[in-house]
Amino acid sequence: MNRRTLLATVAAATIVSTAAWADDAVTAGFIFIGPVGDGGWTYEHNQGRLAVEEAYGDKVKTVYQENVPESADAERAITQMALAGADIIFTTSFGYMDPTLAVAAKFPNVKFEHATGYKQADNVATYSARFYEGRAVQGHIAGNMTKTNKIGYIASFPIPEVIRGINAAYIHAKEVNPDVEFSVVWAYTWFDPAKEADAARALIENGADVVLQHTDSTAPQAAAKEAGNVITFGQASDMADYGPMPRVSSIIDNWGPYYVDRVGAVMDGTWTSGNTWDGIAPGMVGIGEISDAVPAEVKASALALKDSIASGEYHTFTGPLKKQDGSDWLADGETADDGTLAGMNFYVEGITADIPN
Amino acid sequence: MLRLEKRPQPSREWTALSPLLAVALTMLVGGILFAILGANPFEAIRTIFWDPIFSEQFSGFTRPQLLVKAGPLILIAIGLSIGFKAGIWNIGAEGQYIMGAICGAGAGLAFYPSDSVLIFPLMLIAGALGGWAWAMIPAILKTKLGTNEILVSLMLVYVAETILASVASGLLRNPDGMGFPGSRNFKEWDAAFNSELITGTGMHWGVVAAFIAVIAAYVLMSRHIQGFNIRLTGEAPRAARFAGVNPTRIVILCLGISGALAGMAGMFEATGPAGQVSIDFNAGYGFTAIIVAFLGRLNPIGILLAGLLMALTYIGGELAQLMLGLPGAAIQLFQGMLLFFLLATDVFTNYRLRLTKKEAV
Repeated sequence: MNRRTLLATVAAATIVSTAAWADDAVTAGFIFIGPVGDGGWTYEHNQGRLAVEEAYGDKVKTVYQENVPESADAERAITQMALAGADIIFTTSFGYMDPTLAVAAKFPNVKFEHATGYKQADNVATYSARFYEGRAVQGHIAGNMTKTNKIGYIASFPIPEVIRGINAAYIHAKEVNPDVEFSVVWAYTWFDPAKEADAARALIENGADVVLQHTDSTAPQAAAKEAGNVITFGQASDMADYGPMPRVSSIIDNWGPYYVDRVGAVMDGTWTSGNTWDGIAPGMVGIGEISDAVPAEVKASALALKDSIASGEYHTFTGPLKKQDGSDWLADGETADDGTLAGMNFYVEGITADIPN
Repeated sequence: MLRLEKRPQPSREWTALSPLLAVALTMLVGGILFAILGANPFEAIRTIFWDPIFSEQFSGFTRPQLLVKAGPLILIAIGLSIGFKAGIWNIGAEGQYIMGAICGAGAGLAFYPSDSVLIFPLMLIAGALGGWAWAMIPAILKTKLGTNEILVSLMLVYVAETILASVASGLLRNPDGMGFPGSRNFKEWDAAFNSELITGTGMHWGVVAAFIAVIAAYVLMSRHIQGFNIRLTGEAPRAARFAGVNPTRIVILCLGISGALAGMAGMFEATGPAGQVSIDFNAGYGFTAIIVAFLGRLNPIGILLAGLLMALTYIGGELAQLMLGLPGAAIQLFQGMLLFFLLATDVFTNYRLRLTKKEAV
């Protein structure tokens, strides 16, 4: 019996009473920006949800709603989930920030977890991953692999998280290849296969032979495959179907352990609000298998970079670094503090484009 | 053998009957779809159509939400229907909605943090003007250069989306937002907040405006000479010209009304339920309103009911996802069926089925 028929049976059994969910199990709800089958961001959050089910079995029930726009609809979707009896609700996109806070104020007994935001409350915690650590490894591989020295970057929205990724990739591409140039295309979407494919094609036509993406679909991978000699990296999810070419590696978001931990905390009553920002070391950010299309020595140095980040020996943003306008940012050996990173709204020196505003 | 035969006159009975039949067919085929997906079809249909209004658990919240969701749909659809009656196809209400929100919010934010009572009316006017001005682009291009308003208004949606992304991360960005995109939250600024007028009803100014628009459109279309001119232009353009109706004025008037109403809807939404102008704040109201306009037979009262029905399928669809674990795509399919069956049953307004005997060979 699959989950859906199970739920339907449960619902049918309780058709008279209005509360359809049993009270003895803790209910964890998830609000998703895309479809669970997007193959990227939402897919990985859904994997995290399944990990919670796996870990706690009958003691937990999970529910989700997909394709929830970051508009007035978000507040309604979250409210309905709370009304339906969810004990903890994960809202998994930046744009759900204010709606999450608004609903949380009305449901003080429900715990809320907002991904990638910066506003907390007594019953609202925030969490995110240090994707930029993975971007550093990507940039390292990209800088080594490019022959045209042109790297294309499909960005979603000009928010600090995305800008951090561009900077991290650029710094580490430039480190191994001083001639490298970045062209950034702003897609203004998290998930729109058609737009993403267009952006990828435009970048490739302009000579890019590496395409990085901060959008969630596999469309850029498909476009790169069609073009031939172009490499890409899986975003949010491994996207292994596109390996060994064009996908040569990936950043994998691994939310499972965090979700299991937080739902567990609700179960035993130890949940408290907070802000979690984990990277490669605790495993929230994973680097997908580096394919054979990458020369062995590049693969080895990329893995070494990954290990030094994981061990804490190296910080992705280590000085000397200047901002794009030439002003000093980090002195030699100095590392960026989390506050600056969290609100990063500038490019580092060498990137020629402007951040749109 | 069955044969379609054109009716001499569109059937009045079918005009009224086809939306009801479309809803019934949608329930039937939708139910089969839900059953294939492993859900109890009766449970699913009940969750979609009944629970948002009557369920003890949800209705206290969802009943007012029906108005919140239907308000902008009705407001935009009323404007569109006037143009559609005249054969002027404004497909770009989504863009006018966005521009209304940007202009309305921008006009208010220019005076932040003033607590003058004039702020909200000012924002309303700016929002209506923003939508109106955006609709004037296809209107003027059509009347001066003969361009197709369908294409121009549609393409301008994408321009508006780009402008929205730009101002949300630049010009209108909340200075206290740590560099994140999105304007200030109007819920925290009383003078500009489009709040619920009576707590717990969902009634905000946008819903009031929608009701006023329904009445005004009814009066315009059935009692006013311009309404007659509009209908005449749509039904018999040559006759209209002979009767002295100026087609340029009708184009400007129809696109202007629909643009201004869509702009107002955007402004009400940004300052009320959405709370802020953010990159992704438009959620397709401008496009859904086209369905609402046709579902309501381009008739103001019909649009009012169609808007409420559409809101019901949205909110009920969300509950069905939540409570029964139905995938989001199945709900969208269900909503799409509604328009599909409406168009299908509409055939019988203009045609009838005739049983013809096989002719002897």
